[in-house]
Amino acid sequence: MAKRIDVSDLDIFYGNFKAVEGVSMSIEPRAVTAFIGPSGCGKSTVLRTLNRMHEVIPGGRVEGKVLLDGQDLYAKDVDPVGVRRTVGMVFQRPNPFPTMTIRDNVAAGLKLNGVKNKARLDEVVEKSLKGANLWNEVKDRLDKPGAGLSGGQQQRLCIARAIAVEPQVLLMDEPCSALDPISTLAIEDLINDLKERYTIVIVTHNMQQAARVSDQTAFFNLKATGQPGKLVEIDSTSRIFNNPSEKATEDYISGRFG
Amino acid sequence: MTAITNDFPRDHSLAEPRDLDLGGKSGGRALKNSIATFVMWAAFAIAVIPLVWILVTVAVKGGHLILDSTWWTNSQQGVTARREGGGAVHAIQGTLIQGLVTALISVPIGVLTAVYLVEYGRGRFARTVSFMVDILTGVPSIVAGLFIYAVFVNAFGFQRSGIFVCFALTLLMIPVVVRSTEEMLKLVPNELREAAYALGVPKWKTIFSVVLPTAFSGIITGVLLGLARVMGETAPLLILGPYTKAIATDLFGGNMATLPTMINQDRDQAVTLPAYDRIWAAALTLILLILLLNLLGRLASRFSKV
Ligand SMILES: Nc1ncnc2c1ncn2[C@@H]1O[C@H](COP(=O)(O)OP(=O)(O)OP(=O)(O)O)[C@@H](O)[C@H]1O
Ligand SMILES: [Mg+2]
Repeated sequence: MAKRIDVSDLDIFYGNFKAVEGVSMSIEPRAVTAFIGPSGCGKSTVLRTLNRMHEVIPGGRVEGKVLLDGQDLYAKDVDPVGVRRTVGMVFQRPNPFPTMTIRDNVAAGLKLNGVKNKARLDEVVEKSLKGANLWNEVKDRLDKPGAGLSGGQQQRLCIARAIAVEPQVLLMDEPCSALDPISTLAIEDLINDLKERYTIVIVTHNMQQAARVSDQTAFFNLKATGQPGKLVEIDSTSRIFNNPSEKATEDYISGRFG
Repeated sequence: MTAITNDFPRDHSLAEPRDLDLGGKSGGRALKNSIATFVMWAAFAIAVIPLVWILVTVAVKGGHLILDSTWWTNSQQGVTARREGGGAVHAIQGTLIQGLVTALISVPIGVLTAVYLVEYGRGRFARTVSFMVDILTGVPSIVAGLFIYAVFVNAFGFQRSGIFVCFALTLLMIPVVVRSTEEMLKLVPNELREAAYALGVPKWKTIFSVVLPTAFSGIITGVLLGLARVMGETAPLLILGPYTKAIATDLFGGNMATLPTMINQDRDQAVTLPAYDRIWAAALTLILLILLLNLLGRLASRFSKV
């Protein structure tokens, strides 16, 4: 089920601009890996290369390797659409489809890929909403528009939508940054549950959040604006927060810059 | 990352306390204000007066006829310029049929062109297409009519008929649909496209199942406004769609009445004849029809999701 990701010598470009340089790391299955670092250092960029969303941006280009359980995602014969079914993503701002009901939002990934069996869809909707801790709040209004939920509920709806296609890996780009503390807590609890089954990578600016939810933490940094961002170090979360091997990591964590 | 330091050079003269001066409205500024207000209202009046004038004239001269139910049920068959009576149903039908067929041809072409330009178009070909649409926007309606006439009647030897009117109107409607649809597609947030891609939905499917439905009501608004615009066009009808007083619904052969050609029909008759009133009534009917389309268009935009 859950898969490990091995990144080696990854360079990421926006047109001619090299945004990230020389990233190599291993992301463990059934664990939460947090990406931290100052704004603009390329956390989102790296995250988006893990499901080939980077190339959706005009001029977006990648050099290097990303292996998912040994299979190179950037090999010639790999279909990016297939990769995205295996590696799901949750975005910073909740983005339910405005024309769809709650039910259809959750079922969207399956429906748009041709699943028509209603019983199967209903089953997946219920399972995914339960998995996203949203079922009890919305079970009586599944046919209401998804945009009518609160921000935190919408974000959990987006998580339900992402897990409905049963990915192996779940990428989350600052999933709580638009949410209040209570919704944030709900999502952190959810992440804790989800890591039993998925490989999870989460970008966050919230140190406490990284410390609370992650098993592994990667710290990214950049020397100066206009320079490519780099991975400084990746290690177990307790080591990164208590005893990092790099001075830059310690400075960042203790709030001495950034 | 930038440390906030406290050693900005401070210009202390700015911080000196000064007496507040709130008194005495400046006379010059008040005058300018009055002049600008006056000019604005005058411009507004100049723009609105002719409009109201037209509406009132048309309503006064033609209003009594369209209040009669026969106006909406009878044609002009057998009615001469000197006789009262008859209706406009033949022309209303013709205008609606031709409008509908024009929309059926232009909407798919226009919407798909807009999808291409917004979602796929890159580089020189897309720029060329966009430029062509701009040119098409500027084509006078009589040129569109003559072009279709030259191609289908002169070159291919067809008889003039309703379908060619639709072709000419299509040329006029496509650019309107393309431009309005483009605007609506651009309003759909990129995040929705990315959300669909991240679920493993292919791009074309994303466009048809997520982007177009999100922009749907806006596209409908554009289509209705475009339709309202071409339904009042007259030049292509004069060239390609000969008038008849009878009800005719065959687009592919024979004459076919429309409201603009009906208005054109008896306009050289004496002002005192009954036919003259029917011209005003037909004009009023056309205005009401187009007003209705505009209202529907506005109504559709209320349901917009973007
Ligand atoms: N669409 C884009 N086109 C060009 N350059 C981009 C684009 N998106 C990001 N960049 C650049 O890539 C670099 C990394 O950006 P990225 O968004 O990955 O940073 P981040 O670490 O996620 O920052 P934040 O914490 O603010 O989200 C930045 O220099 C940014 O300006
Ligand atoms: Mg980011």
